[in-house]
Amino acid sequence: MALLSSLCCFGQNSNVLTIAPPERVTAKIGASVEVKLPLELRTGYHCNSNKPADEYLIPLKLTWTSGPLESPEVTYPAPQMEKYSFSEKPLSVYTGNFELVTKFKVSSSAMPGQVMATGKLRYQACTDRMCLQPKTIEVSIPIDLIK
Amino acid sequence: MRSLYNQIRVIFRPAAASVFCAALSITGCSYFPMKKVDAAVKAENDRKPAPEFALKDASGKTVKLSDYRGKVVLLNFWATWCGPCKIEIPWFMDFEQTYKDKNFAVLGISLDEDGWDAVKPFIEQKKINYRVVIGTEQVALLYGEVDSLPTTFMIDREGRVAAVHVGLVNKSDYQHDILNLLEAPLPERGGIAIESLLLRTK
Repeated sequence: MALLSSLCCFGQNSNVLTIAPPERVTAKIGASVEVKLPLELRTGYHCNSNKPADEYLIPLKLTWTSGPLESPEVTYPAPQMEKYSFSEKPLSVYTGNFELVTKFKVSSSAMPGQVMATGKLRYQACTDRMCLQPKTIEVSIPIDLIK
Repeated sequence: MRSLYNQIRVIFRPAAASVFCAALSITGCSYFPMKKVDAAVKAENDRKPAPEFALKDASGKTVKLSDYRGKVVLLNFWATWCGPCKIEIPWFMDFEQTYKDKNFAVLGISLDEDGWDAVKPFIEQKKINYRVVIGTEQVALLYGEVDSLPTTFMIDREGRVAAVHVGLVNKSDYQHDILNLLEAPLPERGGIAIESLLLRTK
């Protein structure tokens, strides 16, 4: 079954990591708001955590572009320490479903209405036998600003 | 398409081996590993020319694939951030050391985005004894995108792709490919190569 699922996924390497539709976010102007970014890695793949153990490994990193949402603080989930056939030591990785949480401050000069929090998610994924080139995904989350 | 074929081939190998072993339990399958590896090297008529490229090595010298005409080349796409690639590097160093005087060479093409800033310290740290160049997107495209690393092309002495390995495979698979290609008759002489005789007498 695992073999079949692997075969079905060939040719879709660019979608190894997908962003699930985030929940609708409402934020008060002048207050702080938490935005969750749910992610899903294809079965059999892992990506490095935001703090990989090896200096050569490429960390998962979420960066936000500036806008009416200020001072983003990204919280990464606790990594899993997994041992793979190609590594002597366990690696700090994420697998399956996980979530990044960003805390924004909504500018007090922001206008009510919908704004987009936009950013980039960079990651590098592998299986236990091969690695894919690092990828950057555009992230865009609508946020309703209210007084 | 070829990349897809090879990925499927790599995955199917162990599965196919198990199925064949079960199916041929009466006759046994001890011969299967040799047959399996033989299949990795394409028949001469099925080989296509390896795309030419010109890339810089660590000293700034331009390296062309055509510089290696007449040699068997293990052309390895890799990166410093690729864990499975690091397993293969000592094997390739061993091959380079063992066969460098027998018309064989390893050529590494790094796909590190940071180029020599990342690759030079890595080469020094690992004491890599074979030539490494920094690849480009264009060269990766010429070789079928090379999205998965490691991807290794075995190139025969006439500059044709004889085998492709996507992902981590066994050292013995490479070893078999190398010996198979080195033992092939030299086209100019139409007979058994001198190198081949040397290999066989070892």
